[in-house]
Amino acid sequence: MDVIQWQRQHRDHQASMFREGFLDDQFIQLQKLQDETSPDFVIEVITMFFADSENLINNMKQALEQTPVDFRQVDAHVHQYKGSSASVGAARVKNVCVTFRNFCDAQNLEGCARCLQQLQHEYSLLKSNLQHLFGLQQQIQAAGGSIPTIE
Amino acid sequence: MESCNCVEPQLPTDELLMKYQYISDFFIAIAYFSIPLLLIYFVKKSAVFPYRWVLVQFGAFIVLCGATHLINLWTFTMHSRTVAIVMTTAKILTAVVSCATALMLVHIIPDLLSVKTRELFLKNKAAELDREMGLIRTQEETGRHVRMLTHEIRSTLDRHTILKTTLVELGRTLALEECALWMPTRTGLELQLSYTLRQQNPVGYTVPIHHPVINQVFSSNCAVPISPNCPVAKLRPHGGKFMPGEVVAVRVPLLHLSNFQIYDWPEVSTRNYALMVLMLPSDSARQWHEHELELVEVVADQVAVALSHAAILEESMRARDMLMEQNVALDLARREAETAIRTRNDFLAVMNHEMRTPMHATIALSSLLQETELTAEQRLMVETILKSSNLLATLINDVLDLSRLEDGSLQLEEATFNLHSVFREVLNLIKPVASVKKLSLNLQIAADLPAYAIGDEKRLMQTLLNVVGNAVKFSKEGSISITAFVAKPESYSRIPDFHPVPSDSHFYLRVQVKDSGAGINPQDIPKLFTKFAQSQTLATRNPAGSGLGLAICKRFVNLMEGEIWIESEGAGKGCTATFMVKLGIPDQSNESKLPFAPKNTGSHVSTNFAGLKVLVMDDNGISRSVTKGLLMHLGCAVTTVSSSEECLRVVSLEHKVIFMDVCTGLDGYELAVRIHEKFTNRLDRPLIVALTGNTNKVTKEKCMRVGMNGLILKPVSVEKMRGVLSELLERRVLFETL
Repeated sequence: MDVIQWQRQHRDHQASMFREGFLDDQFIQLQKLQDETSPDFVIEVITMFFADSENLINNMKQALEQTPVDFRQVDAHVHQYKGSSASVGAARVKNVCVTFRNFCDAQNLEGCARCLQQLQHEYSLLKSNLQHLFGLQQQIQAAGGSIPTIE
Repeated sequence: MESCNCVEPQLPTDELLMKYQYISDFFIAIAYFSIPLLLIYFVKKSAVFPYRWVLVQFGAFIVLCGATHLINLWTFTMHSRTVAIVMTTAKILTAVVSCATALMLVHIIPDLLSVKTRELFLKNKAAELDREMGLIRTQEETGRHVRMLTHEIRSTLDRHTILKTTLVELGRTLALEECALWMPTRTGLELQLSYTLRQQNPVGYTVPIHHPVINQVFSSNCAVPISPNCPVAKLRPHGGKFMPGEVVAVRVPLLHLSNFQIYDWPEVSTRNYALMVLMLPSDSARQWHEHELELVEVVADQVAVALSHAAILEESMRARDMLMEQNVALDLARREAETAIRTRNDFLAVMNHEMRTPMHATIALSSLLQETELTAEQRLMVETILKSSNLLATLINDVLDLSRLEDGSLQLEEATFNLHSVFREVLNLIKPVASVKKLSLNLQIAADLPAYAIGDEKRLMQTLLNVVGNAVKFSKEGSISITAFVAKPESYSRIPDFHPVPSDSHFYLRVQVKDSGAGINPQDIPKLFTKFAQSQTLATRNPAGSGLGLAICKRFVNLMEGEIWIESEGAGKGCTATFMVKLGIPDQSNESKLPFAPKNTGSHVSTNFAGLKVLVMDDNGISRSVTKGLLMHLGCAVTTVSSSEECLRVVSLEHKVIFMDVCTGLDGYELAVRIHEKFTNRLDRPLIVALTGNTNKVTKEKCMRVGMNGLILKPVSVEKMRGVLSELLERRVLFETL
């Protein structure tokens, strides 16, 4: 395939992710941190994020399955997840976390469960989108082109 | 008439005689009576007459005598007894009074005579006083004339006026016919007629100086009368039959400046005299009087003094004129020199810039070229180009610096800077080169070395870089060690010619750079610091050393009131370069103004925070990584910890900033307190900055209360972090507005 085509695809995909709110400004900041000393910074961080997300989501699920539910514990996890998602610029995930925390404060189990579901959903969406993006990136890099960055 | 036994009968021929007697008696009586009257009248007229009593007596005597004679008139003819008795009484009284008077006169007459003597005496005295008065008057007159003359003479400092005035005034005062002044000629062998009173244009008449009369006049300081026939006196047109008036000549010493020794009166043994000749009018039969001669002598002295003053004044005016000329010339020369220097500086500046621009282009492009794909041969060529360009750039810098140093126009800057960071930067700059050569570098900074100092940071760095650079340059293998510490007073004495004065506001930084390289022959050591001197014992003809580097270092070090020297045990044994410089100790009170990092706060260059040691504490792995990545992107050296205990374990004075996430479960506040307890020196300890996503005031207040230095909100962009870091490091405090 054509490098230029891939680049275009990459650009479009990234733009749509921003449009749809999957990513926000923080992601751009991350991209800015990528330089000669850490050329795969973004991928590294996102990979870490994926691992961390899955871990946290599992913890949350377990915490919610306990009886009695320790909302403080759940809240702690959600808080962590919120922090992580904010750090990488996963906007939608972060927003869900905020709502999740409110439910935790209100000790609303149903609300929490619903949020958890939403969280998982958002996370998987984000993950697939990002993986697609990174795939395109790798192809472009392999072909010798450069990754277009969004201003 | 038998009872009458007293009177003889009168003979008829005696009648004439009796008649005459009678008349005479009468007249005597009258005269006798008139005398006292006269006396009384005149005494009454005179105010003072001491002897009234005598007068009375005398008067009485005369009256009685007159009475006697009067009564005698009656005794010529027959007279009664009464008359006889009256006559007798009168006679008796007269006798008494006259005896008394006679006795009195014995006393009186000497007195009267003495009065006369006194009168004579007084008259004599009066005459004498008159004479003396006359003398004094003449003297005073003389004095007045002299004063007036002196005043006239001294009122001008012009030589000609002085002399002219002298002659005129003298002529007037003494009513002279002619007055002339003879000055010695340049040869000193003749006297030339310079000024005369009457003749307007002296003819330049000369007279040889060794005339006996002239010698006589010169040898005495009095006015000497000379003969009118003397050649100096032959000035008047000869008119013929008159008697020439008396002539007097006096010497006038011509004093020079050299005669006025300090503490001495001017020596009169100058041998340089002028002659003043004064002639009284002929036919006047006037003679030179004593006071006139005195006047002349005094005037001559005054003229001498006035002339010498005039000479001194002339001299000083001439000197002043000369000085003014010289001044003008010097000023001109100075301005020319300044222009020359300015031109040279302009030239240097322009050339410097002109030379540097292509230099930079070459260096930059060559280094970029190095990054691209090159064949080995090409790489070698590019490296050579780069090395040569660097060398040229260094040379240009050195030359400019040295010329400014020599000028004396280089002045060290005085600013507070971070001493420790100077060493670190130099190390960072040298590390690449050293590592290429496989040399190990180690830096040891003494614990008591202040972190901040006042001085010229740039030049200190330049010096250090030069010295360390040399160490690296001339070492092929081994290690380079740099030690920096505060020099103790005992160590000063070992250095020749170095007498530092320790004080409270300064300290001496001592830096020792030891290398295990080629070493230097001890004989070559003195040459090291001289410009452009190449050391021949260097096996490698290292063109990198133009010879200016150490000379410049030496200049800088000297400007910083220090010393630099190199010791080496010989070739192959390495060498130790040591320098001591004087740096100021910054005032503790303005620690808040102390710059933390090099002062290019305006530029957004990421090397701003090069090597800045930072600690990130966050228990969230993701955000930890992100923050770490962010800070590393800005060039910091980041250490990450994920718990308070780990943080306390790892934190050290090397970390300058601690980024602490306070919105997680870790108690950041407690940690801050513990860190403050651990590092009590406010100057050195790390700045603590809270990172939080919380936007409430409580968080901010909590941070401030535990003494954190700053608070920033997550998420942090690169720009924001950069700004935060620079502001933090500059002001040591940053609380973001929530």
